[in-house]
Amino acid sequence: MPDAARPAAAATPASEPVAAGSPSGQSGGPSRRTQGGLHDGRYQLLQAALRVIRLGPVLILVGLIIAMWRLSPVFLTTGNAGNVLAQSAAIAVLAIGQLLVILTRGIDLSVGSTIALASVVGAIVFRHGADGPVVILVMLAVGAAVGLVNGGVYVWGRLPHPFIITLATLSAVRGLALQLSGGQPKRGVTGVVRSLGGGSVRWIPYSAFLVVGVSVLVAIVLTRLVWGRWIYATGGNPEAARRTGVPVKSVLISVYALCGLLAGVAAIITSGRLNAGSPTSGNLAELDSIAAVIIGGASFLGGRGTVVNALVGALMIGVIRNGMNLLNVNAFLQPIVIGAVIVLAVETDVLRASLEERFRVRQAELS
Amino acid sequence: MTAALTVRGATKRFGAVLALDGVDLEVNAGEVLALLGDNGAGKSTLIKCISGVHRLDAGSIEIGGEPVTLSSPAVARAHGVETVYQDLALFDNLDPASNFYAGREQAGPKWMPRPLRVLRRQAMLNATTDVLDRLQVTLPDATANVGLMSGGQRQVIAVARAAAFASNVVILDEPTAALGVRESRRVLDLILRLRSEGHAVIVISHAMDHVTEVADRAMVMRRGRVVGEEIPSPESQGRIVALIVGSAYEHSDPPHNRTSPQGPITA
Repeated sequence: MPDAARPAAAATPASEPVAAGSPSGQSGGPSRRTQGGLHDGRYQLLQAALRVIRLGPVLILVGLIIAMWRLSPVFLTTGNAGNVLAQSAAIAVLAIGQLLVILTRGIDLSVGSTIALASVVGAIVFRHGADGPVVILVMLAVGAAVGLVNGGVYVWGRLPHPFIITLATLSAVRGLALQLSGGQPKRGVTGVVRSLGGGSVRWIPYSAFLVVGVSVLVAIVLTRLVWGRWIYATGGNPEAARRTGVPVKSVLISVYALCGLLAGVAAIITSGRLNAGSPTSGNLAELDSIAAVIIGGASFLGGRGTVVNALVGALMIGVIRNGMNLLNVNAFLQPIVIGAVIVLAVETDVLRASLEERFRVRQAELS
Repeated sequence: MTAALTVRGATKRFGAVLALDGVDLEVNAGEVLALLGDNGAGKSTLIKCISGVHRLDAGSIEIGGEPVTLSSPAVARAHGVETVYQDLALFDNLDPASNFYAGREQAGPKWMPRPLRVLRRQAMLNATTDVLDRLQVTLPDATANVGLMSGGQRQVIAVARAAAFASNVVILDEPTAALGVRESRRVLDLILRLRSEGHAVIVISHAMDHVTEVADRAMVMRRGRVVGEEIPSPESQGRIVALIVGSAYEHSDPPHNRTSPQGPITA
């Protein structure tokens, strides 16, 4: 609030030369009225409501954890917490990639299939005697390559929306994984992959550290680098971004490539957990990743969302699934509950939009 | 004194349509020029040529006396020409400072490829606050997203952004069209401040009262040609409207034209 007071105070004396020499005698008026706005009850109420909505997903996650802790003595034991983290790790990494795409108003339906292809190729390369680091590089490269195809066809093929091309790669990439593996899981993965997917330090799985590392890197890109600013600009207003000189096409290709690369990371986690490269890995994982981003509070309309949203959403899905297992709730109920949570999250986004609209109207009335 | 912007013999053809037919335009630093005309008169085509969106088929553009070829919006911006279109081209999901610097972020180090440079967020915020202070734009919260701001605040931010980067000419397309009385007031005050800071300002507007208030000169276009120029005043409003619609100004009936300048258009 002191910040807002300063320019107005500085403005009032300086406004006089203009006001005197022109018919704009009231020019000091609006600023005084805007100052009044800060003390307006409804303005502050709306501002507080918007803050709560933005924090909503975190509050819901905390509420879920507290509820589960009261309902099940096992839930907060280190063993179970490690389980939740390990089960959520792949979804979390995928969700971070999906977030980048959704921030630019896009969607990537192919990430689940990409997990399968990267896992299968990783297993095959390992069987041909490749070292751990080579296997990992190959798996990441497969993911990035699928992403590049998605982004490249979307941008250079001038498609109106990425839905169709990523739907095509969802199908084709899964088919390729089945073809290469003969439809059977390839047993055995290299040691590094196995520990990244299945190993742990005490009760904390390695994959959780991987998630933290990826999160920090992507958060730095999004909040600190020019690249991240371009991603938000592209999602916020693609036409304006183009006009102001943001390289929109390169930005779009880069987010699909990065999303594919992160699907490669998720493939490392998944095949490490399975100790196999399976062509059926990651089935429907694309939908989990999209659900996580939306539940976590990012906007499906693009431009709004942070890494925290993706992580919170992925953890929420993990906690709901784990909690319902612990409470012996019928397994068929899980997808129904997740569906209900998605609707709740989207409705919250709608509520946010309408509150923001009322906030704007209030400001216009006060200014 | 050299004009900030001089256009000579501007001609632009879209297929069979002659959108601009030898248009001359001159605007000086510290001057507000109103560009008037009915829909399809060629105003938008003219400003799009000045802002680098279209290229002229014939004619020349000089900025500060230097002949220039404005081959793209980026080139026009590099020559100090900034344009605020009706859609404002704001990023609702970003704060004012990020909006100011979108596509021209301050970042370093220089040896890094541009996308990987670290944003100088504090420097950009300070510079933005300075510009807003200087132009006496007050916002309830200068770090809130632009999407949370009212129509008038958004318009003011878009104009201030243009002013911050325009070393020569600021072009405003219908800056008050979507605004209420009080919000229009803020925008008009801002235009006057741009003028007193020495910007050359070109304003497209249909609001005759606003033109009368802020413009030093009004240039009227019809069917791709300049059909007249007036010093806007309550007295000349009738003549200006007559130029716009292309009918003879009737001296016998000035009160009619005075009270409802838009009247003849509907007739």
